[in-house]
Amino acid sequence: MSLSHLEKLESESIHIIREVASEFENPVMLYSIGKDSAVMLHLALKAFSPGKLPFKLLHVDTTWKFKEMIKFRDAIEKKYELDLLVHINEEGVKNNIGPITHGSKLHTDVMKTQALKQALNKYKFDAAFGGARRDEEKSRAKERVFSFRDHQHHWDPKNQRPELWNLYNTKITKGESVRVFPLSNWTELDVWQYIYQEKIEIVPLYLAAIRPVIKRDNLLLMVDDKRLDVKEHEAIENKLVRFRTLGCYPLTGAIESKAKSVEEIIIELIKSKNSEREGRAIDKDQIGSMEKKKQEGYF
Amino acid sequence: MDLEKFFQDQNKKKQVKILTCGSVDDGKSTLLGRLLFDSQNIFLDQMDQVQIESEKYGTQGKEIDLALLVDGLQAEREQGITIDVAYRYFETSNCKFIIADTPGHEQYTRNMATGASNSDVAIILIDAQKGVLEQTRRHSFIVNLLGIKHIVVAINKMDLINYNENVFETIVDDYKELIKNFTFTSINFIPLSALKGDNVFSNFENTQWYKGSPLIEALEKVNVLDSSQNNELSFPIQWVNRSSANFRGYSGTITDGKISKGDLITTISSNIQTSVKNIYGSKGELSEAYCGQAITLTLSEELDISRGDIIISKKNEQIIKADQFASHLIWMDQEPMLPERNYIFRFNNSYINGKITDLVHSININSYEEVASKKLNLNDIAYCKVAIDKTHGISSYSNNQRLGSFVIIDPYNNKTIGAGMIDHALRRSSNISWHEMSIDKKTRSELNSQTPCVVWFTGLSGSGKSTIANILEQKLHAIGKRTYLLDGDNVRHGLNKDLGFTDTDRVENIRRVAEVSKLMVDAGLITLVSFISPFKSERQMARNLLSSDEFFEIFVNTSLEECEKRDPKGLYKKARAGDLKNFTGIDSSYEEPENPDLILNTSSGNAEQLTDQIINFLKDKNKI
Repeated sequence: MSLSHLEKLESESIHIIREVASEFENPVMLYSIGKDSAVMLHLALKAFSPGKLPFKLLHVDTTWKFKEMIKFRDAIEKKYELDLLVHINEEGVKNNIGPITHGSKLHTDVMKTQALKQALNKYKFDAAFGGARRDEEKSRAKERVFSFRDHQHHWDPKNQRPELWNLYNTKITKGESVRVFPLSNWTELDVWQYIYQEKIEIVPLYLAAIRPVIKRDNLLLMVDDKRLDVKEHEAIENKLVRFRTLGCYPLTGAIESKAKSVEEIIIELIKSKNSEREGRAIDKDQIGSMEKKKQEGYF
Repeated sequence: MDLEKFFQDQNKKKQVKILTCGSVDDGKSTLLGRLLFDSQNIFLDQMDQVQIESEKYGTQGKEIDLALLVDGLQAEREQGITIDVAYRYFETSNCKFIIADTPGHEQYTRNMATGASNSDVAIILIDAQKGVLEQTRRHSFIVNLLGIKHIVVAINKMDLINYNENVFETIVDDYKELIKNFTFTSINFIPLSALKGDNVFSNFENTQWYKGSPLIEALEKVNVLDSSQNNELSFPIQWVNRSSANFRGYSGTITDGKISKGDLITTISSNIQTSVKNIYGSKGELSEAYCGQAITLTLSEELDISRGDIIISKKNEQIIKADQFASHLIWMDQEPMLPERNYIFRFNNSYINGKITDLVHSININSYEEVASKKLNLNDIAYCKVAIDKTHGISSYSNNQRLGSFVIIDPYNNKTIGAGMIDHALRRSSNISWHEMSIDKKTRSELNSQTPCVVWFTGLSGSGKSTIANILEQKLHAIGKRTYLLDGDNVRHGLNKDLGFTDTDRVENIRRVAEVSKLMVDAGLITLVSFISPFKSERQMARNLLSSDEFFEIFVNTSLEECEKRDPKGLYKKARAGDLKNFTGIDSSYEEPENPDLILNTSSGNAEQLTDQIINFLKDKNKI
């Protein structure tokens, strides 16, 4: 009896999640509300069934997430009786930092990277699960499942621990931490297939609907609230669109699509000629940009 | 499009994990780029990016450089080399492939072993212009050592030798000779050109003499069935699920065989037998579960077992409880491995302290010769004997990779510094049982009316250790305490006269003294140890032998300049003149204690006053 590809991935992820719960004192699961987080949470619930999750969830709220994402987050929290913390960089809010006024680089640094570090320091988490996958971006391909971070939460690509078999080294000293990526070996198609088979709930923004959008810098931006600051020459159009990834709404481009169900998304994906990070403004700042962000502590 | 059928087909796809071995020059990145490109696993925006980068970093002139699709980290890309393990994903209509891409440089054996530890099949890349090289020998050795059973020998750059069959055949013969002692079960030789795509996805007309499959078909045909699925059950407990007062489940991943409801099981730590009540998988209750599945099971009787234990079927004789075993070892750290030094061993579900007791031989991975050696350096491979502090359930690596492997962790900086593959358990220790004596440490101490302990002096040669230790012993003697002073120089005249001053011998020197001081504490004595003891690992080892209130580390802190000025035995002078090798402080290092129990600054008082500091310290600790 041989396990299927998805069954193998599922078992591997559950093993990783249990390993963290067994060996760390104060782990947390980063919950970004997106599809990968949804799959990761689903796997964690399975790992400890019929019990509850033995750790908290953390959402780093940049205050620029789509409204529907926040609504979905609150509903999931209630449904699964999760212990979910929300952290906002109040200093950034005080200084009115935002993607439109300050650009994606500074906004992401202050409201996401710095905010994440603040939260990890505040709650003294020693391990943080993230939903990143190796197939997302080239520099991710070399990331370990257990990625070691120093006291400043920095990632040093030349100083990572070799990972043999499934013998993850969970030893750290006080103040250090690890980021753990249970979905390392999943591809985007695997994730969608699993969502379909397991009937996992996802934010409706992933599915096509008529939404108000403008075209800016080659991205289709959804007019989610008044902060978008629509210029006179930018016409608001109602288009049938959906999102392949979800982030801050002014940084996340929609794609025109007719896929109104998970099945249709999968079909579209197979025929697609563009990768999922294509809609993201932040990866394009400069060549190797994701790598730089990771070294600074971005997830 | 029929989605249900599509998912059925998707679900039938095998997962095949591939390791690629070769160097930059062999065109490995180009081959990977080719696999991704021809399997249509590259998106348009990624191609655009590569187009831009090709102009900036590419090596193919105006052509797209496929290698740039897979060279990940920026620093590497600018240097034009790959320096780590990277994972890539692509699929064909039959298989989902996960590729571990590892570099071919000599100094990166550790990366290759890492990639190999999770792979089903290895692609050994050979440049047709160069034939079998030293690196080919190296790669093949590691692949075999890590237990990969299937290899594909990709003889690349055939386009540059005009697809010459004779050259190909010569390489095949050379390679067969090289691996004659290895245990591969399937080998494919394929002539190809990654740059042109010949014989990668389909057979190429210019190599009509080649009757085998193209690369992708050879990879799809690999039999990935895990051999341990035919074994008797083993199930290491990873997590005890106590979600309510009446639920006690044992969670983990099956590492051997299968399990069914009602099966009789036992555990490696007990002889109790009970049966499986329920099995919970990811989709709810199951009647049976297989090797590789992450499950939770309940037993008909509650056993007091926890993480670290292993549930096995009654008939399983492959999993053995042992605290000593013989093993292959790969060393992965700059700091060399020294026998007898304390390390942490990470097994499937436990961390256990232990050490390498014997370095049987190391192996030259170019000539495959066994070489006598006293320590292991970065990327060395060896055969060793290992002793761990408590018994644990282990298997031979050939029987089960999950229970037959371990990694070694440095207890001081938590780095992963080595990896091992168990050959067989050594039963020596289980044949020597520990005799429980009726008179023990407590009764001996009571007769002596004292609390035994070790006062361990460390410091440079000439720092004043022996002088102070000598006065301390006199003072303790005067107040009626039973003592013994172990002095470095004196012990080297007897017990340790076979040892020199290399790092390896220094470790053994301290190990013996630490064990002797432990026996003396057991005998009820206040034991003074005056040894340079330059390495913190060994001082920690000595500390670990005793309980925390029995061992006190006294750092006799005298600067090197001062010691050299004093030079009571004229040794510094000799060392400076080069007449004395491996002298601490000169050409052998002294690692200062980070958290000693007491620091004596010899510039701040005479030996008498410093000794009184120790007396006061021991009084505070209720030892005198």
